[in-house]
Amino acid sequence: MSILKHSAFEIAQKVRTGELSAVEVLEEAIRRVEAVDGQPGSLAHGDLSEEDQSKVHAFITLTAEQARQQALCIDEQVKAGEEVGPLAGVPVSIKDIFCVKGTPSTAGSRILANFIAPYTATPVNRLEEAGAIVLGKVNLDEFTYGSSTESSAFQPSTRNPWDTSRVPGGSSGGSAASVAAGEVLLSLGTDTGGSIRQPAAFCGIVGLKPTYGRVSRYGLIAFGSSLDCPGPIARNVRDAALMLSVMAGADPHDSTAARVPVPDYVASLDKGVKGMRIGLSPDTMQIVFPDPKTGDMVKEALPAEIKKATLQAAEVLAKQGAEIVEDIPMPNLVYGIPVYFVISRVEAASNLHRFDGVKYGHRTQSSFRNRHEIYRQTRSEGFGLQPKLRILMGMYVSAAQYSEQYYQRALRVRSLIRSDFEKSFDLQGDYRVDALLTPTTPTTAFKMADVYGDSILMQYADQLTVPANHAGIPGISIPAGFDGEGLPIGVQLMAPDFKEETLFQAGYAFEQATEHADWRDRQPQVLRSSGGRE
Amino acid sequence: MTDEITPELFEHLVDLAAFAFDPKEAEYLRRELNNQLRAIHQLESISLDPDVPLASHGIPYTPQSSPPLREDKWVECDNPEEILAQAPQVGDGYIIVPDTPPTKLD
Repeated sequence: MSILKHSAFEIAQKVRTGELSAVEVLEEAIRRVEAVDGQPGSLAHGDLSEEDQSKVHAFITLTAEQARQQALCIDEQVKAGEEVGPLAGVPVSIKDIFCVKGTPSTAGSRILANFIAPYTATPVNRLEEAGAIVLGKVNLDEFTYGSSTESSAFQPSTRNPWDTSRVPGGSSGGSAASVAAGEVLLSLGTDTGGSIRQPAAFCGIVGLKPTYGRVSRYGLIAFGSSLDCPGPIARNVRDAALMLSVMAGADPHDSTAARVPVPDYVASLDKGVKGMRIGLSPDTMQIVFPDPKTGDMVKEALPAEIKKATLQAAEVLAKQGAEIVEDIPMPNLVYGIPVYFVISRVEAASNLHRFDGVKYGHRTQSSFRNRHEIYRQTRSEGFGLQPKLRILMGMYVSAAQYSEQYYQRALRVRSLIRSDFEKSFDLQGDYRVDALLTPTTPTTAFKMADVYGDSILMQYADQLTVPANHAGIPGISIPAGFDGEGLPIGVQLMAPDFKEETLFQAGYAFEQATEHADWRDRQPQVLRSSGGRE
Repeated sequence: MTDEITPELFEHLVDLAAFAFDPKEAEYLRRELNNQLRAIHQLESISLDPDVPLASHGIPYTPQSSPPLREDKWVECDNPEEILAQAPQVGDGYIIVPDTPPTKLD
């Protein structure tokens, strides 16, 4: 059996006791990357060969030598009897939207392709301090703008390990794929509208968007500053809990990192769900999207397999002692995507004005006469179409003459979305639920190129995840089975502010109760075809 | 369906954002902007009570949960050379940029 079959929790325990060395774990991870990942994403890419189309392409930058030094250091500490952290020797990948000192930190964009970060992001620092071994930086949608990872300037873009003709989701697609393909045990992602939970669902793994402010954003290249949340991506709930426990907490470098005590998420995992009230809402069992031809809003039922998986998850939790509360009205969640089209674009436009070819990053090689021409040529060459689209929209809806109509209205509707959650969680209210259960996504992983370019359809892929970002509350996606095409289905649990503990407990209870289900034995396509079957 | 972002308005936005597009890119971007605005107009159907507050963040920050502000003091940067090395053009510890052209005010 491959070492990588073990969970991060188990590997760290074995490294800490000397049963396994960090170096042998790392070398196994590097061999896995060599077997399944294929050529890394780069700006200079050509046509894809048949072999390319069968690989994952999660990584942009592999820092194997640096990782070997880290692993050796951990092993020496263990031999010397020194204390090593709770993630000792665990290989991790980092979404390339985080600064890691001395490494290219590209945001998946040509405009930052040559940027070497002069400092390390707080969540990465905390992972390293806990003994994690950073194996490299993984691909993403450019500046995180997308739900398929296809918009990265670094091609080939990541493919889904369960079916490499399909997207891994996004924007943390490289993170989710690297974990699902067993290249690393954990990955650090970010979630602004669903960018951890949606790829986790598409890749059959666990992804948690923490409460806004639970994890520091210092060193994260910003997209939507009121929405961005760094969070864990893992193969199981315990590993996600362990990862969050080392990253969470206040940070003097980020004034939005909340000063709220961090519980021991791992210690309380097996509390179970007895007595827990878990809510279902009919408003999350449908998809509402604009008709591409008329622009009118169309309401459709969710695909039957996804709805069935969600209701079955509710049944499993009920058998474990949870009380299921049905028919919770959440009428404002339907506005999540239109509100997101406004707020996230305004914040993106504001954040992206700093990239101009003057201080760092790409600068045009064309001739220029003045500073305005540097800006125009650099930004035109450096940004892909998706960042440009967001900048233009953000500028339009926040312009003085339109702000009240668009931006201010969106901020007020955001309050209504939050109030839907507050009413369902209110301990004195009609529903008093501890968590809400929904599907994570309205579909399973779609084919590469099927949706890319249609910014409306792509955004509506996030309609079940984006409300938690507006409300600031935590949400977790956990695997809940497969559809008829063998693609993973994820279900989502959401809880009140800073109640990640509840999500881990419910997720763990579901995982334990379905441990022996047939679908748990399935393996991603890339592991079957690479001989890495476990 | 009429387009809210007309070609003229689009050109104005492009100029403000310091971009330049070929016609194919411009057509794609203007179409997507207009499609997104149609989705955004769904918000106009909501009857908003004037008391509904603007939410700049989802979660409320209280004095207990907000970190104290850092002391307002100068801290030496420990790697200025590393940071300046990222700039395309530097001299004597400064980032060099070409002149800004004069702008005529209306």
